[in-house]
Amino acid sequence: MYKIAVMGDKDSICGFVSVGLDIFPLTEHDEAVKKLRNLAENDYAVIFITEKLYSLIETEADKYKAAPIPAIIPIPGITGNSGIGMAAVSKSVEQAVGSDILK
Amino acid sequence: MAVMNVNPTRMELTNLKRKLTTARRGHKLLKDKRDELMRRFMLLVRENKELRKTVEAKIADANAHMAVARSVMSDEELDIALMVPMQEMSVNIHEKNVMSVMLPVFESSFRTADKSDIYSYGYAFTSSDLDDAVKSLSDIMPELLRLAEVEKSCRLMASEIEKTRRRVNALEHVMIPQYEETIKYIAMKLDENERSATTRLMKVKDMMLKDAHDYGDAAGFM
Repeated sequence: MYKIAVMGDKDSICGFVSVGLDIFPLTEHDEAVKKLRNLAENDYAVIFITEKLYSLIETEADKYKAAPIPAIIPIPGITGNSGIGMAAVSKSVEQAVGSDILK
Repeated sequence: MAVMNVNPTRMELTNLKRKLTTARRGHKLLKDKRDELMRRFMLLVRENKELRKTVEAKIADANAHMAVARSVMSDEELDIALMVPMQEMSVNIHEKNVMSVMLPVFESSFRTADKSDIYSYGYAFTSSDLDDAVKSLSDIMPELLRLAEVEKSCRLMASEIEKTRRRVNALEHVMIPQYEETIKYIAMKLDENERSATTRLMKVKDMMLKDAHDYGDAAGFM
């Protein structure tokens, strides 16, 4: 049985507690990287990260790209949608096809 | 394309021909794999984009509710209301094999079956906006999970497609031409050897015949 985690600034993610996800309010790069590694080793299959935090630790998140779990998914936080999530999708299209043909 | 550094022998030729057949077969198979992966990837990535659009809009909606709730209630009240969750969500993972790429399939399960267990607080001291926020978050969970599944699958497939494409190209543009040229080189070399052997034999025969005639002459047939 795997768990789901949400990382990001507290205001953006506190609602997810009620749905039954584990939240980790973090905003600093170093803490977040440490936590991400920790979560990845500890049966978390899905890790949602607010876009703001995701942009800070993208290199770390990319390390788990090839593994089937965890799935690290950027979600928009309370500060709004910055388009990082869409950019990540476009990036995988680019990797597969050679250019982003779905623009 | 460079000819490989091999001895031009019949054995080498047979080996190379066998290798060429294998390479051609592998090339065809990998090409099929690439095409099928690409087809599935395009389907999946379209779904991914749609899903992301809707989920992002819905999260923004939930966040708006949350912002209102936060403005109505004090921080402490909100923290207390959300301190002990009633519901616990976990996922089961199956693996789906698509053209030898293992894709995860997430299946959510909850600790309690009751849908209203998402409200971890009494209604007396909290704003109804908090209820709305929690409700909207809970409503998007299935979509959010599906998004996670699809997005992960897309990434895994993208890297597999890249790998397969490289292999196809390496076979098509490097290995197969190299084998073909080496085979041609060896065949020509062997033909050349054969021709030179024939010529030599003819020459020797000529010489022997001439010797025989000369010998005959000397014996005085005329």
